[in-house]
Amino acid sequence: MDLHSTTHGTLNIVSVNAERIDASVAIQFKDAMRALTEDGPDHVVLDLGQVRFIDSSGLGAIVASMKQMGKGRKLDLAALTPDVDKVFRLTRMDSVFDIHADVSGIKMRAAG
Amino acid sequence: MTHLRFSHQFTMSSLASNDEVRILLRRLRERLSEFGVPEHTCASSETVLAEALNNITEHAYADQEDGPIEVSTEIGSSNVRFTLCDRGLPIPGARLPRGKPLDTDVSLEDLPEGGFGWLLIRDLTSSVIYDRDEDGNRLTLTLPTDNTV
Repeated sequence: MDLHSTTHGTLNIVSVNAERIDASVAIQFKDAMRALTEDGPDHVVLDLGQVRFIDSSGLGAIVASMKQMGKGRKLDLAALTPDVDKVFRLTRMDSVFDIHADVSGIKMRAAG
Repeated sequence: MTHLRFSHQFTMSSLASNDEVRILLRRLRERLSEFGVPEHTCASSETVLAEALNNITEHAYADQEDGPIEVSTEIGSSNVRFTLCDRGLPIPGARLPRGKPLDTDVSLEDLPEGGFGWLLIRDLTSSVIYDRDEDGNRLTLTLPTDNTV
């Protein structure tokens, strides 16, 4: 699973370089997220701009990624494509995360 | 002039594995688009089928790898209907999960990591029918094409 992490001030922005987060890759996704968020900033933003499709396994893996980060840390989501956004809304998981329209705005704010 | 309820019909076969399901979903979505099914219905169909096919892979074929799956698609003017057949284990109690809304107003460690599948299936379909006979399971999923969810 191709995830890429960059630090912008107090933010760790993790980009998903894949079109799908589904049952085929859910475990790899969660493991890759653990590796990229274990250390570093407490505030992580997951950039889903390239992800076209997510299923319940992928959604579960994103929730698990937040839980494994531990208390006092924060996982936000950014750049949800329409089909991904719909899955978050229908399952009400949109209420669990702060969701940003894109990553450029949040980067600028992080840079202060 | 006669209007048929379903104007197009095709069947695809696959094997119950995550990677094969992925390939089937891609092919199926392409076919739906080619037949002029609206984009939002294609998207909802992909979600519903992904969840149903994942369930078959995970539960019906819990005791075997690469079991056969057949998906028949019927496209009509106001809905699409998918019939999924497998030769795996029956759904326990022959009852389909209702897909209850999840409680998200809980602490971090209590957030749900599963239970989303049937919620999505129920939300996006107008009907779900389950039949079991000696050959296996048959799940029929109908989605409206005017779905605005």
